[in-house]
Amino acid sequence: MRDVAVVGFAQRQMPVFDGSPTCVELLVPIIAEAYEQTGFTKVDIDFWCSGSSDYLAGRAFSFVAAVDAIGPTPPVAESHLEMDAAWALYEAWLKIQTGQADTALVYGFGKSSAGVLRRTLALQLDPYTMTPLWPDTVSLAALQARLGIDAGLWDEKAMAEVVQRSLTDAEKNEYAVRSGGSSVADLLARPVYADPLRKHDCAPVTDGAAAIVLAAGDRAREASDRPAWISGITHSVDALHLGSRDLTRSPSAARAGAGVDLDEVEVAELHAPFSHQELILRTELGLGSAVQVNPSGGPLAANTMFAGGLIRIGEAARRIWDGSAGVTLGHATAGPLLQQNLVCTLEVR
Amino acid sequence: MAETLQAPITVSFDYTRSTGPVLGAFLGGLRDRVVLGGRTSDGRVVVPPPEFDPATHEQVSELVPVAAEGEVVSWTWVPEPVAAQPLDRPFAWVLVRLDGADSTFLHALDVASADDVETGMRVRVRWADERAGAITDIACFEPSHAPPVEEVAQQPSRNQGAGGEPVTGVVTPVALDYTYAASPEESAFYRALADGRVVGQRCPVCRKVYVPPRGACPVDGVPTTEEVELPDTGTVTTFCIVNVPFLGQRIQPPYVSAYVLLDGADIAFLHLIQGIPADEVRMGLRVRAVWRPREEWSTTIENISHFEPTSEPDADYATIEGHL
Amino acid sequence: MGGQRAAVIGVGQTHHRARREDVSIAGLCREAIDRALADAGVGFDDIDAVVVGKAPDLFEGVMMPELYLAEALGAAGKPLLRVHTAGSVGGSTAIVAASLVQAGVHKRVLTVAFEKQSESNAMWALSVPVPFIMPVHAGAGGYFAPHVRSYIRRSGAPAHVGAIVAAKDRQNALRNPYAHLRNEGTTVESVLESQMLWDPIRYDETCPSSDGACALVIADEDTARAADSPAWIHATAMRSEPTTAAGRDQVNPAAGREAAAALWRDAGITDPLEEIDAAEIYVPFSWFEPMWLENLGFTAPGEGWKLTESGATALDGTLPVNASGGVLSSNPIGASGMLRFAEAALQVRGRAGEHQVDGCRRALGHAYGGGSQFFAMWVVGAEPI
Repeated sequence: MRDVAVVGFAQRQMPVFDGSPTCVELLVPIIAEAYEQTGFTKVDIDFWCSGSSDYLAGRAFSFVAAVDAIGPTPPVAESHLEMDAAWALYEAWLKIQTGQADTALVYGFGKSSAGVLRRTLALQLDPYTMTPLWPDTVSLAALQARLGIDAGLWDEKAMAEVVQRSLTDAEKNEYAVRSGGSSVADLLARPVYADPLRKHDCAPVTDGAAAIVLAAGDRAREASDRPAWISGITHSVDALHLGSRDLTRSPSAARAGAGVDLDEVEVAELHAPFSHQELILRTELGLGSAVQVNPSGGPLAANTMFAGGLIRIGEAARRIWDGSAGVTLGHATAGPLLQQNLVCTLEVR
Repeated sequence: MAETLQAPITVSFDYTRSTGPVLGAFLGGLRDRVVLGGRTSDGRVVVPPPEFDPATHEQVSELVPVAAEGEVVSWTWVPEPVAAQPLDRPFAWVLVRLDGADSTFLHALDVASADDVETGMRVRVRWADERAGAITDIACFEPSHAPPVEEVAQQPSRNQGAGGEPVTGVVTPVALDYTYAASPEESAFYRALADGRVVGQRCPVCRKVYVPPRGACPVDGVPTTEEVELPDTGTVTTFCIVNVPFLGQRIQPPYVSAYVLLDGADIAFLHLIQGIPADEVRMGLRVRAVWRPREEWSTTIENISHFEPTSEPDADYATIEGHL
Repeated sequence: MGGQRAAVIGVGQTHHRARREDVSIAGLCREAIDRALADAGVGFDDIDAVVVGKAPDLFEGVMMPELYLAEALGAAGKPLLRVHTAGSVGGSTAIVAASLVQAGVHKRVLTVAFEKQSESNAMWALSVPVPFIMPVHAGAGGYFAPHVRSYIRRSGAPAHVGAIVAAKDRQNALRNPYAHLRNEGTTVESVLESQMLWDPIRYDETCPSSDGACALVIADEDTARAADSPAWIHATAMRSEPTTAAGRDQVNPAAGREAAAALWRDAGITDPLEEIDAAEIYVPFSWFEPMWLENLGFTAPGEGWKLTESGATALDGTLPVNASGGVLSSNPIGASGMLRFAEAALQVRGRAGEHQVDGCRRALGHAYGGGSQFFAMWVVGAEPI
């Protein structure tokens, strides 16, 4: 395997983006920032890969206009996944492993505010037996949360502790769309939204975009004084059928976690769009209490669809760059109730 | 307050789904008020039946009836239903384990308040009056005070109905509402059109004039900036004659859809050509915008009704060759 | 050639039809997958990862359908990727699947691309109006017809060249049991008599709208050497450019030219017309055969139509193009590109049945998408490179 590192990361997240659903206007400054961090320019990037969704944007081929942000003239080697851009990072990592590229720029974007996100996501369910009922995302998460509470796996207090820590940490994150800790007691005193979930248990609807620059070997050392080397990256998916899954678990997260070495992880950025899902992930990944989770504030502070997972990897890389950790974990999820999961471990060398 | 130009759009289609044999049998069962589960290779009965066995990957072949009643395994409360959900008043989503099934099943429960639902309560299917062989044939669940059904095979409902003829297809309407926003650069273009002006922008790097202006010059990856007011005359670079009618079409065929290169612009855009028989339109034809009456103007390129020929001679091919 | 050797060891496709009302989306995919697995002599348990490709989710009205399909596709418990690069997606998907093996990550990868277009209406899905702009858009045909007109003007090609392609591909389709259109008696004359839809594109010069799927099993060198007649992947290439840009050549796009140049270089090919024995080129409208012959470097610019007119691209010609009947005969959009890649593999494996090109040792699979802006292609051979 070739040594590949995260050497650049830029993001924009906000409650409502006043611009086009292709988010070109966000991608232009993000890509510029990634160039500035790495000293690379367009011609230094061997491969481009992005993640986004047509249904989020409300039209077919929504990613097509986004490539304008690259300025892809002359043509570029480029690919697109209809997935969170964390998986685009995986495709770019693969491309570098084949030797066909030494550098890659990965981006993801999503303007959730263009539609009604919790309703749009009902289209991710079984189209014959579920979507016609339009179960919304928040309700599904609430069903999952209650299963865990009834089984004694977690309680509302544990969920509130996740929120309290996230929103407190989010105060230091300029891209947080929700922040401000209070107290667990205060959080629990707030009204229930989708019983047993309160609003703060659910990631806020967020618009935004993000980009990550990958580079191999010496190219990485050229671009960064302290590259965040990818020591492992794996992913896995579970069956969707909610009725035959144990919804208090995420086997795909456990499988992905088993594919990398998590023993030395100091900081984990977990893509848990609902507070109880962080508790599930910690268990599935076997993260001990010494592991610091989501110092960025995590998805409960800002959760741009189709970039949120990539942002977790970017935040995990930043902890390496700023010297605050030697080994970090970035995690991404997709699909209903932690159906699909990716883990990426980063380390200083 | 948004600074970009915005407009609502609805993406709506009634999808025609063919079901295949397993889902067809399940949905056909619902039409006949029978809930069928699929027996998987581990002996479990799963509702709705998976089409393919999780372990053997073979198509699930054994479908068995389960009860139309069961026990709530998990629930949540929906104070404000969204469009097209089973009930248009507050309701509960429930995961129900139907008697005879080993899995849970998601549907709505009709109760007055969250105080009326709890884990472990007994519920039963409320069938829709009109059933078509779709998941919505179950209108919702409702509370039940009957004891659990011990032996599902003895359920009288199993032998009722039209013999369990599978359905082959189901129609699923999907309608999603969005707010479409133009980019800031496009917004400036459409707002100028409302004043009867055509405004392009020049890329600060390559100096090419884009109309409409762009959030990112596709060559340089930076926004176009410097405004350039353009005339409403130009040249047809290339075109097609649309003879084919289709769903959602807003212009009656036949019509000529052409790339028009406005004088002073470096890129052509699509518009209609009229005022000339379709078979006389040609590459290089010089055209001028025909504007709708001023009182009909708004922030749209449709302020220009179409382009029509000027009396000038055709442009030399060399002038359009680089725009094809 | 990048990374470790990889080869196609299994190919499967559905019977493509306007409406496959006998199957669900999962059933359609499984028809192709089960054939590919059987062809490769492997089972689901042998598969390390699954890569799914399809065009816009609006076609089926399911957002990221690979999620609900994961179990039916045998992907549950494994890594799953979903590619979407517009019309080129079937080709890009095969390339992503190949890269999983070339990167040394997996040994056996299953890839499937599909479209069940009868669930909605492609013209609708491709023409959902955008506010503020002129609603002249009329599906893919309306989009590409002006560029075809530009090609005809630029090359001076006679008007019947498109009809030659259409008649050839429809005749070839009669030899392919999976093909959607089976229009016996299609001739140059009958094509020229068919209705003009998007002038200059006639009805018979237009691809159909199909339900269909295609699947491949791509394996590492050790596995491939133990397999029966693998198709070795010699080179892959993907290139993209903007939909519109000042001065962009939309007839002979730079992205296609550069992808082809990289492809030939990596495959060790200096004279593609001489060295390629069969080509499966993405031709949704007949005129794109001569256009892509030029773009791919089989001929000089302006000369592609001469190759077509000479009969060289017929099944018995020197460069048979779309011996399978091509996109003009079967077009499940998301799968159409993978079908090109798969048919190229079948040719070098000697398994193309009645549309087999005699002695085919090296073949091209090609796909494009968007506004002629996304290109994906590969060269496969009977021997490892």
